[in-house]
Parts: sequence; structure tokens; C-alpha cells
Amino acid sequence: MRFKQHSVLPGFGLGLGYTLFWLCLIVLLPLAALLMKSASLSAEAFWAIVSTDRVVAALKLSFGASLLAASLNAFFGFLVAWVLVRYPFPGKRLVDALVDLPFALPTAVAGISLTTLYAPNGWFGQYLVPLGINVAFTPLGILVALTFISLPFVVRTVQPVLEDLEAELEEAATCLGATRWQIFSRVLFPAVLPALLTGFTLAFARATGEFGSVIFIAGNIPMVSEIAPLLIIGKLEQFDFLGATAIAVVMLVISFVMLFAINLIQWWSSRRHGMTR
Amino acid sequence: MKTLFTRSLVVASLVLSGGALADTALLNVSYDVTRDFYKDYNPAFQKYWKAKTGENITLQQSHGGSSKQAMSVASGLSADVITMNQAPDIDLLAERGGLVPTDWQKRLPNNASPFVSSMVFIVRKGNPKAIKDWNDLVKPGLQVILPNPKTSGNGRYTYLAAWGQAQKAGGEAKAREYVGKLFANVPVLDAGGRAATTTFMQRNMGDVLVSFENEAEMVAREFGRGSFEVIYPSSSILAENPVSVVDKVVDKKGTRKAAEAYLNFLWSPEGQEIAAQNYLRPRDSKVLAKYAQQFPPVKLFTVEEVFGSWKKAMDTHFKDGGTFDQVYARK
Repeated sequence: MRFKQHSVLPGFGLGLGYTLFWLCLIVLLPLAALLMKSASLSAEAFWAIVSTDRVVAALKLSFGASLLAASLNAFFGFLVAWVLVRYPFPGKRLVDALVDLPFALPTAVAGISLTTLYAPNGWFGQYLVPLGINVAFTPLGILVALTFISLPFVVRTVQPVLEDLEAELEEAATCLGATRWQIFSRVLFPAVLPALLTGFTLAFARATGEFGSVIFIAGNIPMVSEIAPLLIIGKLEQFDFLGATAIAVVMLVISFVMLFAINLIQWWSSRRHGMTR
Repeated sequence: MKTLFTRSLVVASLVLSGGALADTALLNVSYDVTRDFYKDYNPAFQKYWKAKTGENITLQQSHGGSSKQAMSVASGLSADVITMNQAPDIDLLAERGGLVPTDWQKRLPNNASPFVSSMVFIVRKGNPKAIKDWNDLVKPGLQVILPNPKTSGNGRYTYLAAWGQAQKAGGEAKAREYVGKLFANVPVLDAGGRAATTTFMQRNMGDVLVSFENEAEMVAREFGRGSFEVIYPSSSILAENPVSVVDKVVDKKGTRKAAEAYLNFLWSPEGQEIAAQNYLRPRDSKVLAKYAQQFPPVKLFTVEEVFGSWKKAMDTHFKDGGTFDQVYARK
């Protein structure tokens, strides 16, 4: 079968060819190698590795903390984007640039700085610990680190969409008698929702794979504050390549299912609100 | 990531040193904390080699986590010599691709380990919790800082030292109980030895840090000698630092002679002195006697004595579901 229909834009064949080649080379090939390596394990051996209490606890912690961090960022990141787009204020460009810092900072630096702040003798820690709030070396610390590193994803995906929203829409809504809250919840929010979901997804995906910043602040106690990527490193240190691969494959599958589900929701929400992109 | 980084560094340094093609160049792949030792040792060897053969020799270093470094060599980093802090990391090279013969440890004196270290306790100034020996570490309420045995050689030696001394005193059941109590007192399980030192010294966490004797010296240089005290337990483990020529690499590059000389020089009086100056216990009894005041005598037991062999120790204690995992699984 041939594609008879020609696009107005030239270079479709070449463009698609390069796209597929590039994706295969950069994304698919390493993932295929991972899956092949794990295929040398029997199903029982695979299950025995990934169903131990410790692995299950680590996976729960990794995905739970990541979801929570992404949710926090979906709310506060949206707020940051909103403020940056809607209100003029002095130092706005500076704040705008600050948002990207977690992107640029090496994650180990982020981890060490956060630990220094929240450790019992740190700037925040010295006041929080007497109140019974332990952040450093607890799962709460993991949440703080993940929230920090994944903030830019939400802000940077929501911001351009907010900027593109036409003022006429709001004016029209006002003329039709909508209250401010109605304008926000019925006009603005639905338009931003797909971008917000994308930001949430990116933040979540980034957080699940995060290692560098978390190990410094987590405390890494098995069953309590040990994340799944650390288990993978632990297995590699013992030259247990298959065990490491097995956990990696489980993480990959869970991530893929979750990302797929979020994409479905996104598709559903943009259809429901009559927006085709 | 780290290996990729070290590898690209190595490649970069190879390219940079390309100008000096006439010279022999050796790459020594080592672990993290030997950085200071080889900084002193390499110039000494270069001088010795020049005097002996008239040739200049270029020495390159690569440092990183012990097991990660071993993995890089196993997967193709062309190291002429490998200098690690535990035998399993070099055994790996024999198992994967036969880079070294299986009897590599017999080719050099002292189990191919030119110097050794041991686990000591580092406590706060004045020793406020009166920590004297292993039994004090399991007192309820005490906080012990040590790195994760799964991810660090330092933690592995600590675990084996703790288990070994308890087993010698009261048998295996006692050892299991002791280790369980010990890890119940650990509030933070850092991924590496240096990270544990940071947690103890900079974050001010815990009452006692268990680490290598030479790491205690690093703490002294970094944080000042007055800020802590070193306690020697009544018995501890002998931490060997095995070295080996990587046969497949040196035969391909034609650097065997120089590589062997590089390692043999470690046992020379000069090499042993440099080790002692870096707080690594020398094997040469004369040098050890000379530095006796910085190395208090400790009853040291080897991994082989208590656990049979490294392989057995790894299988029983650190494999998935091994005794270390059981400590946490029972909760």
C-alpha cells in the first residue's frame, strides 16, 4: 500500500524516515537491550526477584513519592505559571529564570544542598526537628527532593499555553454574564488542562527515575526510605546484572502503563472540551 | 553515569597525552580513597623507573566506586593495573572474559595486597557515650553511622567486622543477633563511605562512625584533629587492598614489564613508607615498626579465617535474601 495523499509540506517521507531512525537509535535500542537481557531470566526467577518485600516497598515508595511530588507541582507549578503570565511585577524575569534552576543544577548538588538545609543541624532542620518534623533521612525528604527537581516541567509546559490564551475569550465570557470563578473553571482551566496533564506526566516520569538528589536526603533505610533506583545500583554493585535488569523492567512497565493512562485522560479531556490539537 | 564520566575522562587524557607516544603509559584503575596515596606514589615510581631504565613513564589514574570501576574494566576500559579494596572486584575480571588468571592473588606477596587497613570507631570529642568496643555499639538509643554494605566496600567490611567479632565471641547465632541490633541503631544508610563521613561530621548525625583507619586520617586532615576521637576496638577485620596486572590488556599493549614493576614497587621500602604516611598499614615489618605509634596493635582477623572465602561471605551475607537482607526483612 502506498500513501497516495500528499501533504502540502514537502519532505514527509524523508522526515518520517529520520524520525523513526532517530527514535530507534536513541530510545528503542537501549530499551530493547534491557528487555532482551531480562528475557534470559525464567518467569519464576523474575517474579522471585521483583516480588520480595524490599523491592515491593521500594517500588511503592518510588512511585508513590513521584505521584505525590507531581501532584504538588501540578498545583503549585500552575500557580507559578499563572503568576508569571498574568501579573506584571518587578523582578519578574529573575523569577522566571529561577524556575529553570532545578533543570540546570546537577542533581547531586541539589541533593546535598537540600540535605544541608533539612538535616537536624541545618537552617530549616534546627527548627523543624524540635517540632517533631523530620525531613532529612525520611520519606518526606524524598518528597522534597522530587518536588524540587520536577517543578520546571509543569511551569514550562503550562506557561506558553496560558500566554496564548486570547483575552477575547474572557471578555466574551464576561459579556455573557459569567462570574470570575466561572471564567476560570469553565473557560480557562479546560484550555490549560491538557498542558497541565503533560507537565504532570513529565514531572512524574522525571521523578521516578531520579537518583542523584534522592540518595543524599533519603537515609536509604531498607523498607522505609529506599528508592527503587538505589536497589538497582545495589544489585549492580554486587554484579547481579540480571536482578538489576528485572527491577528496571518492572519500573519501565509501570511507568509506561501510567504514562499511557495519563495520555488517555489527556486525549479524553481535550475531546470532551472540543479542542483538537 | 560515573563510569561513563570516568571513561570519557580517560579517553580525554589519552588523547591529550598522545603527544608523548614514545613513552610507556600505564593506566591504573583504582577506587575512591586511594587518590591521595597514588598522588604521592606515582612520582616516586616515575623517578625509580627513570633511574632504572632511562625511560620516562606516563601514569594515569582513574578513581571511582570500587565495584563500578571493576565493572568498567570488565566491560572494556583498558586498565594496565587494577588496585581495589576487596578481592571480589578483581575476581570479577577473572570470571568475566578472563582478563586476569583465577590465581591472580598468588602472583604477588601477601595475597597480592601491599598494604591493609582496618575498621575503627570515630566518636565525638571526649567520647561522651563512652564507646570502647563493639558491644557498646548495640546499646539501645545509640546511633551508629555506617554505609550500606550492598553498595559500598566500606560498609561490607564494617558488616563483616561486626559479624566476625561476634561470631568469634559467641558463635553464629550471637553474630546474627548482634548484627540485627547494630543495624537497628543505624539511622542513615549512606551509599558510600565518604557520604557516611559527611553525615557524621557535617550533618552532626549519630554518636559513632565506623570507617577505615585511613578514612579517620582523612577526617583529621579535613576537619581538624581536635574535633573527634578514634577508638580502636579489641578486634577488627583485616581489610586487604589487592592489586593486579590486567593480563589481557598489558599483553595487547606490550606494557607487562612496566606494569609489573609498578606493582612490585609497592612492596619496596619506599612504596611501603608512602603507604604508612597515608595511614595504610604497611606489610613491611621494618616500616610498620617505624610508624608504630600511628598504628596501635589490633587483633585482626581475615575474611578467609571467619567466612572461609570472599565468595562464601558474599553469598551468605550480601546476596538477595542473605543475612544482611534478613536483618531488615524481619521487621
